[in-house]
Amino acid sequence: MAHRSGPSGFLLTTYDTAVNWTRTRSMWTATFGLACCAIEMMATGAAHNDLARFGMEVFRASPRQADLMIVAGRVSQKMAPVLRQVYDQMSEPKWVISMGACASTGGMFNNYALVQGVDEVVPVDVYVPGCPPGPQSLMHGILTLQDKVMSGEITR
Amino acid sequence: MSDTPNVVTGDLEAPTTEAPQELSESTSEVAENRREVHDMWVAGSEEPGWMRSYTDEGAQEMLDAGDEPVQEIYRGTVVTDDFIEDEPADDDELQILNMGPQHPSTHGVLRLHLELDGETIRRVKPIIGYLHTGMEKTAETLTYMQGSTNVTRMDYLSPMHMELAFSLAVESLLGVEIPERGQAIRILLTELNRVSSHLVWAATQGTDLGAVSMLIYGLRDREYILQFFEKTTGLRMNHNFIRPGGVAADLPDGWEEDIEQIIGKVEQGVSEYEELFNGNPIFRDRTIGVGVITPEECKALGVSGPIARGSGINWDLRKAFPYSGIEKYDFEVPTGKHGDVWDRYIVRIEEIKQSLGIVRQVLETMPAGDYRTEDRKVTPPPRKRIDESMEALIHHFKLFTSGFKAPAGETYRAVESPRGELGMYIVSDGRERPWRMHARTPSFNHVQALPTMMTDSLVADIVATIASCDPVLGDVDR
Repeated sequence: MAHRSGPSGFLLTTYDTAVNWTRTRSMWTATFGLACCAIEMMATGAAHNDLARFGMEVFRASPRQADLMIVAGRVSQKMAPVLRQVYDQMSEPKWVISMGACASTGGMFNNYALVQGVDEVVPVDVYVPGCPPGPQSLMHGILTLQDKVMSGEITR
Repeated sequence: MSDTPNVVTGDLEAPTTEAPQELSESTSEVAENRREVHDMWVAGSEEPGWMRSYTDEGAQEMLDAGDEPVQEIYRGTVVTDDFIEDEPADDDELQILNMGPQHPSTHGVLRLHLELDGETIRRVKPIIGYLHTGMEKTAETLTYMQGSTNVTRMDYLSPMHMELAFSLAVESLLGVEIPERGQAIRILLTELNRVSSHLVWAATQGTDLGAVSMLIYGLRDREYILQFFEKTTGLRMNHNFIRPGGVAADLPDGWEEDIEQIIGKVEQGVSEYEELFNGNPIFRDRTIGVGVITPEECKALGVSGPIARGSGINWDLRKAFPYSGIEKYDFEVPTGKHGDVWDRYIVRIEEIKQSLGIVRQVLETMPAGDYRTEDRKVTPPPRKRIDESMEALIHHFKLFTSGFKAPAGETYRAVESPRGELGMYIVSDGRERPWRMHARTPSFNHVQALPTMMTDSLVADIVATIASCDPVLGDVDR
């Protein structure tokens, strides 16, 4: 196919786009519901909001089958190693959305118990603000991530 | 004892109090990874830090059998943890299964340490703390004005009940009376919240037993209630709407039509669930006789709410200790007989209907008047007055920055949350912040009842039992 597709260079650039397109259109999510935001994440996947429109309704319990981890809720010091382990178990390429104020910055709980921002533990691609973010906010965050994936390199 | 007893000397890496020498050394060595907990510990007291432990993974190993404490409840009943009484576990025969904390059927971050003999569960040990947020400690730094912002995030499926319990406790310290309309709005919102919480329970109970379409149905009907909450309070969850002194605002225009629609839609939805579940042989087989807890065990373990009622205990705080004028409304307390998952299902579905009945009565009898107390000590001046009067502006500013002071004393007020008895215990030393706040949350007791329900049942019953307990881990760990 490469030999029949036109001048050189054409194939490589469209190859990137094609790979990125497939990645965005079937991005499976690892369930990582922690607190209030998890309920809103469930609401995003259920009726009225219907995350299936973006090819993302498949919430995988196994991190090995997932591409995206939505950290939904407050991350305690005790949960942080678990979170990191789940992240390590996900196969590349993988992305992380930090959902809500607590996951992003610790939120209103600046105390001994919480990790002050999940980016201390895993690299975060998109931060979704709100306490908790509504389904529309989460979907906006997901679309932002899809834009980011579409415009990015296929290797990183 | 110093004059400000709730100030904890707080350098975590170098304890200033009389810590043992080896602890200080180990702290400095592992300070990168571990954080020492000096929580719940009053500085200068004679007590050694009884909560002193490390919050890393190593602390969660099962203790040696000799170290296990035996719970003794001084009511004539001796309850022993079932994993003490059994034969010591033989590693050759029992399989250790670790469920959670990242498991979709544990309703959050509950971790279960299971010992299996083939398909049979021999021991269960719930391990909690993965969502510990330190909210009780945070509450000591927030004024009573700000406090409901904090507590509403504990049980995120019934935020209104958390706010109500906190507000009732603060109001009982202050001795403030709430106008009738404010009380009726509180009852309206908490009963709607009970419905929405039970709808999430129905959704997850169905999903955990394989009826994934229940997730769609339950959350679909819950969304109508959440839309009303958003219209009323500005947020879908974590409302901070019920506050000490009343509620934050009056109900929005056209709320009567919204409530009518919600009642109609949810009633129709509930009849759909009953159609789906009641005659379903799979659902019946997986729930009837599963996860049984007797009334005596309920009382010994502090189980309340729908689980206790499913076992036949006719106990509802709305009847026993009525709050916010709920005694004016007519409703039944459904009870079961057998204490299994099926009876809890029946009780919760019936509670949805009863709560909708209360909501309908509130709709018909909503009194006119003010929605918050006239007491200017806790209520900010009306918005119009702020434009006219400098004193009103100062008053408003002081109230929201410094808060109001509560007289010294202690109080405990409880409400019936969708999960059971939800109480707030507040100790005041006369300042504008609680000296200590403790939440008696029902899910905590229900999680400790899980071993009683699960021991010697089958692996497949685990998710059915957990779902029927309806634990909210934010409620457990706080």
